Amino acid sequence: MESIFWAIQLVMVPVMSPLGVGIIRKIKAKLQNRRGASVFQPYKDLWKLLHKDEVLSSDASWIFKVAPYIIFAVTIVVGLSVPLFASFLQNTFTGDMLMVVYALAIGTFFLALAGIDTGGAFGGFGSSREMTVSALAEGGLIFALLTVAFRSGTTNLFAISNAAILNTGYSFLPVILSFFGFFIVLLAETARFPFDNPATHLELTMIHEAMILEYSGKRLALIEWASANKLFIFAALGANLFFPFGIAHDAQLGSIAFGVAFFFIKLSVIYIAIAILESSIAKYRFFRLPDLLLVSFVLNVVAVAFLI
Amino acid sequence: MLDAILSPVGFISLVLFFGVGAIGALMFRKNDEFANVWSSFFAVAGSLWGVLFALLALNAAYPLLLSFGVNTFPLFSVSLTVDKLSAFFIFVISAIALFCSIYGYGYVKHYYGKYSIGTLGFFYNLFIIGMLLVVTASNAIFFLIAWEIMSVASYFLVVYDRNEQENVKAGFLYLVMTHVGTAFIIAAFLLLFKYTGSFDFEAVKSGALLIPASVKDVIFVLSLIGFGTKAGIIPFHIWLHGAHPAAPSHVSGLMSGVMIKTGIYMMIRIFLDLLQPVPTWWGPVVMIVGSVSALLGVLYALTEHDIKRLLAYHSIENIGIILLGLGSALTFSSLNLPSLALLGLVAALFHTLNHATFKSLLFLSAGSVINGTHTRNMEEYGGLIKYMPYTALFFLVGSMAISALPPFNGFFSEWLTFQALFQGMKSLDLFTKWTFIGSAGALAFTGGLALECFVKAFGATFLARPRSAEARHAKESSLSLKFGMGALAAMALLFGIFSGYVTSILNRIGLDFGFTSSFVSSTPEQSLAAGGFSIVSGPAFFILLAAVVLAVVFAVKFLVNRNQKVRVGATWDCGVDLTPRMEITSTGFARSIILIFKGILKPSIQREIEYRDADSRYLPISRKITLKVNDMYRTYFYAPLSGLVSFVSERAKYIQSGNINAYILYILVALLASLYLVK
Amino acid sequence: MFLKIFSISKKTKQVDPSDCKQADLIDIGEKIQSKINKLYKGSIAIRQVDAGSDNACEQELVALSNAYYDIERFGIHFVASPKHADVLLVTGPVTRNMAEAVKRAYQATPAPKLVVTVGDDAADGGIFMNSYAVQDGVNAVIPVDYHIPGDPPSPQTILCHFLKMLEMLEGKKQAK
Repeated sequence: MESIFWAIQLVMVPVMSPLGVGIIRKIKAKLQNRRGASVFQPYKDLWKLLHKDEVLSSDASWIFKVAPYIIFAVTIVVGLSVPLFASFLQNTFTGDMLMVVYALAIGTFFLALAGIDTGGAFGGFGSSREMTVSALAEGGLIFALLTVAFRSGTTNLFAISNAAILNTGYSFLPVILSFFGFFIVLLAETARFPFDNPATHLELTMIHEAMILEYSGKRLALIEWASANKLFIFAALGANLFFPFGIAHDAQLGSIAFGVAFFFIKLSVIYIAIAILESSIAKYRFFRLPDLLLVSFVLNVVAVAFLI
Repeated sequence: MLDAILSPVGFISLVLFFGVGAIGALMFRKNDEFANVWSSFFAVAGSLWGVLFALLALNAAYPLLLSFGVNTFPLFSVSLTVDKLSAFFIFVISAIALFCSIYGYGYVKHYYGKYSIGTLGFFYNLFIIGMLLVVTASNAIFFLIAWEIMSVASYFLVVYDRNEQENVKAGFLYLVMTHVGTAFIIAAFLLLFKYTGSFDFEAVKSGALLIPASVKDVIFVLSLIGFGTKAGIIPFHIWLHGAHPAAPSHVSGLMSGVMIKTGIYMMIRIFLDLLQPVPTWWGPVVMIVGSVSALLGVLYALTEHDIKRLLAYHSIENIGIILLGLGSALTFSSLNLPSLALLGLVAALFHTLNHATFKSLLFLSAGSVINGTHTRNMEEYGGLIKYMPYTALFFLVGSMAISALPPFNGFFSEWLTFQALFQGMKSLDLFTKWTFIGSAGALAFTGGLALECFVKAFGATFLARPRSAEARHAKESSLSLKFGMGALAAMALLFGIFSGYVTSILNRIGLDFGFTSSFVSSTPEQSLAAGGFSIVSGPAFFILLAAVVLAVVFAVKFLVNRNQKVRVGATWDCGVDLTPRMEITSTGFARSIILIFKGILKPSIQREIEYRDADSRYLPISRKITLKVNDMYRTYFYAPLSGLVSFVSERAKYIQSGNINAYILYILVALLASLYLVK
Repeated sequence: MFLKIFSISKKTKQVDPSDCKQADLIDIGEKIQSKINKLYKGSIAIRQVDAGSDNACEQELVALSNAYYDIERFGIHFVASPKHADVLLVTGPVTRNMAEAVKRAYQATPAPKLVVTVGDDAADGGIFMNSYAVQDGVNAVIPVDYHIPGDPPSPQTILCHFLKMLEMLEGKKQAK
């Protein structure tokens, strides 16, 4: 019986993540008074890319060729380690908070290497910026997850979302503070405003896009899909760890259905918030970003200090 | 038979292997090839013996004791104790020496005819003997003799390549700094002798209660500075980034991977073993020192474009991480929480083992690259992955391990250190709590910055296109080098996957210190469980990731993308020819983070521009930007200090007037003073 | 203001699209979308290459992405690198300095690809014809699949010709 739920959990991240990206683009388009592409457009983009030929640079080494598979596989493995719709599932192997953080770092590592690999002018500085932002965001990310870990007495992500919700005011404030810190890190790690513009064409302003300028065909599809997966995973972490209302605590059909529905509602709130944020503010200049990440770190440290 | 190995005879034969190797190398130094074979053979044989000996000693019920000449000298005796902590360090020394020696056999060949290989073999084996005796000595004077052997042998190894002037200068600085540290250590031992009446560690341990608290604090500070100089904590690290790059690469690996850990060993021995019970503020001080070393070490590493200096700074960073584990162990033991103290100690020891593995792997790979390209400057590398694929693969494994990426070993020891810090954050005392929070923050940032630094190092060295003619003509290294690197890479992966097994062995080391139960344990499925708070599994992650990668490759390549073709073209260059100058350089890569931290690093930028027409200054022929970070510690700390010493000695030389009547007056004054004091 | 996220789109009107000047925008749009869905699996990525043009065509192309014409709703989007692209949209008479660049952009685009030229200059040099500085049209440098006439063509004309090009491709595919 549990294997059915694990199967759903396994496919949920890759199947639903392009829809999330489509929703963000649709909302941004509507706020610009356009109709925009349909919410299922990213699926069509991925399908088309998977059926195109590829052009590989002659300067590229095996790292360039292998990186998309590793990056995509890492997002799948992390997708199995975070609570999505059910908190009664147990993953005592890879469900640890630090393992999730460093597993995602594997993906960043290989993407940055792939950016340098082809020796183009843009990939190199894209990798440099991406690694700078990612290095400074790790502190905030670990402490944000630490807040909810201390609140529930464990760092296993499934167990955190399963813990009894203490809605007393004393422990609610640290969670809100650390959610803001976590949200800033979410924007940083998934290359959203104000850290990066995912739709830009100006290479000098790119961070994430600059590293994938050399990819084409199926490898590009895998990397775009992996970055959609990463956004989905971070949104799921934000939704389920900080606000675990409605998640399924047992294997009854009713609570599962409830869990899935609530999960999508929470995710939609986060995606809508991201889209509205992207339509309201401009991308920050690169050297203002460390200040923002330090703010996130300090918020999370204060939240941790409140709790213990 | 195993009993015969784990005996005084066994240990003596261990030392003898290296001793024969050393003396034979010196005797046969006229014949380079034979000396190389002789010293490498005995080093490898001795290391194998050492690994076997250490594994047996880790399983033994009682520590092995050896002593000679207790009754000949009053204070000095050759006494050795091999308890589980020493056995662990013997294992680390032997395992790393094994692979460094195998690598060294092939590496040393490019010194044939230039320098004497026999002396290299002599000092190399002597160095290993020194380290082995340091971790097993149990008499303070014998310890100091072994410490000196180790330091002097490594000095001669550092200045081995003496045609380079900077190597000689680096060696001299190393000699001075290590003796400054030894002076502090001698002061600490003398204080211990004064209050406990003996130089033997056993006697000191039982007499530790007689030492007054203020003297214990002084001993703590002296030992921290003295052993910290060897370990390379900031601000006593100024010798490290000069000496480690100067030595031949297999020696660098041994120095950086193992020798600096002997400082850690003695810190553990003195703080956790000899001077118990300790005040509560010692632990947080060690942790603060560790956090500062970790953060500053990695920031300085980011500024480097010499590949071996970059790795040397990373050693400082990892020593900082080990000190975080050690400091938390000290804090917990002073708060009477033995299971948590063992958690901190296990974290520190596991990180010691892991760092020895991946740091020596990285140094050996760097040596292989330097062998092929004849330069240490990363700005002249590039594209080496096509010419040196094995070296690139092993360097990649080392980079992933040092950046704490699962499933390699670095992740699990950093995980354990994090667990120790998380548990400590719950402590009640405000100062301790904020030290733990600050250390956890430092560790989190260090992990991210180390990842960035190794993307830079690996990317600038192996990826993109070659930036110089040497890089284009580089060739892969020979078999012995590949074997040495490959074995260490395999060890990095295996220690990660079998981290549960390693942790259970490390837990047993706690028995030496009276810690019987541990906060961290390994489950039957080889997961690491930290007492109900966290659980993580190495083998499961590895298998899951490998399975998913294979599944994705299969699905995409053979199901979805079957009919599509892959064409090889050029990098998209916007229509302009791409030259190697257009790739990102290592300085350019790190520029963003250097500017972000410019308050700490204080970089200086120099711009040189050469114009076609000096008057109009429109079209430059060349533009050179030098981004430098000055060594703050030498300018603001050591230079004034050495200036003060010179000033005082200038004034003091007036005592030597040359007048014999003045000297007779000095003797009379000294005689009267000592008669007065003896009364 | 945020309620417009949930607003429903307007209904279509029926009009004969054979004359590109009279055709109604929304109707062209529906047809383009269904053709793209059929031929290109629902998404086309365009890389715009400026081969020395006078930027008039670029301004019209930029107008395609604004709120009035909104080319994105058909599944067409502009990308930053020729390696991500299906269609190369080349404008300008191909100056001598850009000839090599256009060729490399063509080689960097993965198959299956289309080359579409926009504007009269791109066809045969236009008002710059026979100048020493131009190659007189894109098909002197790379093979061209379709040409959109106009100096510059309005966004509506561009969309209409897009539709005609897709119909032509559909015809070719059925003929095979």
